Amino acid sequence: MAVTIDSLVKRFGETTAVDKVTLEIAAGELFGFIGPDGAGKTTLFRILVTLLLPDAGRATVLGRDVTTDVWELRRRVGYMPGRFSLYPDLSVEENLHFFASVFGASVEAQYDLIAPIYDQLAPFKDRRAGALSGGMKQKLALCCALVHRPEILFLDEPTTGVDAVSRREFWELLARLKGTGLTIVVSTPYMDEANRCGRVALMQRGRMLGIDAPSRIAASFGRPLLRVRADRRYPLLLATREYPNAATVFPFGDVLHFTDRRDGLPPEEIARELLAYLHQRGFADAQVEATAPTIEDTFMARMGEPEKAA
Amino acid sequence: MSAFAGLLRKEWLHIRRDRRTLLVVIFMPIIQVILFGYAIRTDVSGIRLAVVDPSPDASTLELRNRFAGTDAFRVVRVLPNAGALDPLFASGAIQEAILFDGDFGNKLARGLPARVLVVVDASEPNSGSAMESYAIGVIQSYQRDIATKGGAVTIVPEARMRFNPTRASSNLFVPGLIAFVLTIISALMTAISLTREKETGTMEILLVSPLRPLEIIVGKVLAYLVIGFVSVLLVVAEARLVFAVPLQGSLFLLLAEGLLFILTSLSLGILISSRTSSQRVAMIGALAGTMLPTILLSGFIFPIESMPWPLRLISNAVPAKWFVLIARGIMLKGVGLEYLWPQTLILLAMTVVLVGAATRSFRIRLA
Amino acid sequence: MTAPNEVAIEARELTRRFGSFTAVDHITFDVRVGEVFGFLGANGAGKTTAIRILTGLLSPTSGTARVAGHDVYTESEWIKRRIGYMSQKFSLYEDLTIAENIRLYGGIYDLSKDAVRDRMSRMLSRLGLEQSAGTQVRALPLGWRQKLAFSVALLHEPSIVFLDEPTSGVDPITRRQFWELIYEAAARGTTVFVTTHYMDEAEYCDRISIMVAGRIGALGTPAELKQQFGVETIDELFVRLARPTAGAA
Repeated sequence: MAVTIDSLVKRFGETTAVDKVTLEIAAGELFGFIGPDGAGKTTLFRILVTLLLPDAGRATVLGRDVTTDVWELRRRVGYMPGRFSLYPDLSVEENLHFFASVFGASVEAQYDLIAPIYDQLAPFKDRRAGALSGGMKQKLALCCALVHRPEILFLDEPTTGVDAVSRREFWELLARLKGTGLTIVVSTPYMDEANRCGRVALMQRGRMLGIDAPSRIAASFGRPLLRVRADRRYPLLLATREYPNAATVFPFGDVLHFTDRRDGLPPEEIARELLAYLHQRGFADAQVEATAPTIEDTFMARMGEPEKAA
Repeated sequence: MSAFAGLLRKEWLHIRRDRRTLLVVIFMPIIQVILFGYAIRTDVSGIRLAVVDPSPDASTLELRNRFAGTDAFRVVRVLPNAGALDPLFASGAIQEAILFDGDFGNKLARGLPARVLVVVDASEPNSGSAMESYAIGVIQSYQRDIATKGGAVTIVPEARMRFNPTRASSNLFVPGLIAFVLTIISALMTAISLTREKETGTMEILLVSPLRPLEIIVGKVLAYLVIGFVSVLLVVAEARLVFAVPLQGSLFLLLAEGLLFILTSLSLGILISSRTSSQRVAMIGALAGTMLPTILLSGFIFPIESMPWPLRLISNAVPAKWFVLIARGIMLKGVGLEYLWPQTLILLAMTVVLVGAATRSFRIRLA
Repeated sequence: MTAPNEVAIEARELTRRFGSFTAVDHITFDVRVGEVFGFLGANGAGKTTAIRILTGLLSPTSGTARVAGHDVYTESEWIKRRIGYMSQKFSLYEDLTIAENIRLYGGIYDLSKDAVRDRMSRMLSRLGLEQSAGTQVRALPLGWRQKLAFSVALLHEPSIVFLDEPTSGVDPITRRQFWELIYEAAARGTTVFVTTHYMDEAEYCDRISIMVAGRIGALGTPAELKQQFGVETIDELFVRLARPTAGAA
C-alpha cells in the first residue's frame, strides 16, 4: 500500500477539518479526492506529507509513519501545494534547478521523467515564473515536484482557477505519468475530473461520502434518474419543483435531473407521468427520459443539506 | 443613512473590531511617553570621576569632598598622577577627571593661581558639555565660598575634551548610526524574507523537502550577511569621506565587529519571523523589537547613565548598545580588543543564544 | 435587430491596449435586457480587462461601449450607480455583520432607511437567514457568503449585475441554488453578466461569448454554438477554440 489512513482526525479550534478518515491507496494508482472548498482536502494532504500533526489516528505513506519518519518521507515524496507556490522572481529554469538541488537531484539526471512537461515550458525557460499564465505555472510546479523522482506525488488542487484547456492538458500529463508507475494522489473541486482517476474519494466537511472507482460511485446512485428538457428553462425548473412527486430537481447544464420520491417505480413510468404533468403545465416541447447518473449526482445525493448558516 | 455617514460608521466598526490595532493605538502612546520621557535626559548624573591629586592637602580634600558629595558625580578613582588616566578613559571606567595642580593648597593660600584641569570624555553625545559644566560649577561654588571667607582665590579651571576635541556631532552620532542602519537591514530584511516565503506558500515546499531547519536558517543568514557587510563598508566609507569621522583604531577590527553585529541582528530577525506568518506583522515586530530599542536604549542618542535603573538594565539586552560602545571605542578612542573584549564576548554570546532560539522555534511543520 | 431600449450592454470594436500589448481587441457584442449572458475565456484572454471597461473602472483605448444606456467614456460614474457587482475576491466586509453590510451598501447607493429595511427582510427570508442578521460575515460558510453577496449586489435593484466567478470552490448543491437566484433575478428583468470556469454553468446562460487572445471567438446560444462547432459540450467547444493558441504562455 502506498498510503494507509486509519481514523485520522484533525481539528482547528471548533472546526473538524478531517473527521475520522480511513482509506488505503495502492501503489501506482491515480487517486482523486473530490470535494468543494472546506472539505478538508488540503488539511488531509498536509498531514500525509508530514506538514501537520493529526489530533488522532494514524497514517502511513510508503509504509512509513507520517508523524515519526518525517525526514525519510520528505526525501521520497513529491508535493505540489495549492496556489502555485513557486518563486515568482526566479525564472522557470532557476526554479527548477533550485528544487532539484534541494533534493540532491539534478535536472539532467531526471530529465526523462519531466521531459514531456518541460518541453512545453522550454521556450519560456528564462521568463520569470510570476509572469507565466496560470496553466504554465501549474506545469512548472508539476515539474518542480517531479524533478527529484519521488515515489509518490501529492497534488493539491492543481487545476483550480485554471481554464478548461489547461486543465485538460494537465490531466493528460498525469495520465502519462501514471504509466511510469508513479503513485499520484490529486485533489480537485471539479466533479468532472473525477472520471480521470482510477479511484476517487468524495469528501465533504471532513468526511468521506464514498470511496470507489468513479463509474461505480456514479452507478451507486440507487434511484432512477430522469433527464428533463424544454426551451423555457427557468419556468420548467419551477414547474417541475411543483410536481407533487418530485424528490430532487436540479439544473444540470441544459437539462434538469429529476428523482421521484416514490420507490420501486420503473423509470419509464415515472417519465411518462412527469411528461403528462409538464404537457398539462404548458410545456409542449418537454422531453423526459432516463439518464445515467454522474458522480455529481451521487455526491449531491450523499452530501445532505448544505451547511447551515448559523 | 447617507453614503458618507455609512462609510464613516463602517470604518469605525472595523477599528473597534480589530483587537490588535486597538491595542497598539492605545498602549503604544502610553509606553512611548514613558520610554521617551525617561530615556531622554540631557542632564547627567552619576558621572564616573577620577581625581588626580599629586599633593593632597586640606583644600584639595575639601574640593574632593564637594565632588563626592553631589549626586552628579561618583568618585571612582583617586590617583597620584595622570599617568594612569588614559587606559581608564579608554576602557570607559571613567568619564571625567579633575587634575589638581601640585601644591594646590599652598598656592591658594599665597594668592597664586591654582589650576584645576577638567578632562571630559566627549565621545558621548550630550554628556560632554554637561559634564564639563557640572565640574566647573562645583569648582566655582567652592571658589565663591572661599572668597566670602576672605582671601583671593584664583582657581583656573581648564577643560579638555578627550577623543572628540572638536566636539563634532557627527563623530558622536555616526558610530551609533552604523549600529542603527545595520539593525534595520539585518533584522527587518530577514524577517520580511522569511514571512514572504510563508505568504507565497513556497515555505511549504521548503519544509516538505529534506532541508533541515538549520540549513534554511543558515542559508538565509549567510545571504544577508554578505549584503549587511557591504552596508557596513558603505556606511564606514560615508562616515570617513563625507563626515570626516576619525578612525583612530583598526579598520579590520571595526569590520569584524560589524560582521558579528550583523549576525546578531540577523538571528534576531529570524527569531521574530519564526513566530509570525505575515510580512506586515513581521515588519512591525522587527521595528518594535529592534528599531525602537536601538534608538532609545543603545546609548546612540540618549545617554544610558541618565536613565532610571530599570531602563539601564533593559538596555543591556539590546545588542546595539554593545556595538555602539565598540564602534565608538574603535573609531573615536582608538582602542582595540584589549579593552573591547567584554563587549565583544557579550555580542558573541547573544548571537549564539539567538541562533539557538531561532533554530529551536523554527517549526518543521505548519502546526 | 434589437431595439435600443432592449439592449443592456452594447460594445462596438471595443479595444484596450497596455503599451504594446492588446488585451481587448476590437470586440463587438450586445447583451439584451433580462438576459443571462455568460462571458467566458481562458485566463489572460482579456475577460477581466473587458469587464473592467464595462463596469466603468477602466477606459477603453478605442471603440465604443454603452452600459445601461450610458457611455463608458463619459458617464462611468452613472454606470457605477446603475450596476451591481460581485467578484470572487471581494464581496462583503468580513468583520461586519450581515445587517451592517446591508445597511452600508444601502447607504452607498442612496437608499432610504425604509427601503433598506424592507429589502433586507425580504432578502434574509428568501435566503433563510432571518436569524442570522447579527452574525459576522466571516462566521458564514463560503456558499452562504456567496449567495448573500449576490443578493446584496442586487440590493439597489440595478438593471445589470456583473458577476465575476461567483461560484468558485462552492459545493454542487449551493452552486445550483446560486444559479436559481440568478434565474430569479433574470426573470424580474435584471440583466446578468457572469463569468465562470465551470463549463456546465455556461449551459445555464441564455447566450455566451468566448474570448480568445483578446478577441471574441464565439458568440451565441449554447445550443447554436455546439451545433455550429459540432461538439457535445461547451467544454469541448472551449478546447476547440483555444487549441490554436494553446501553446502560448
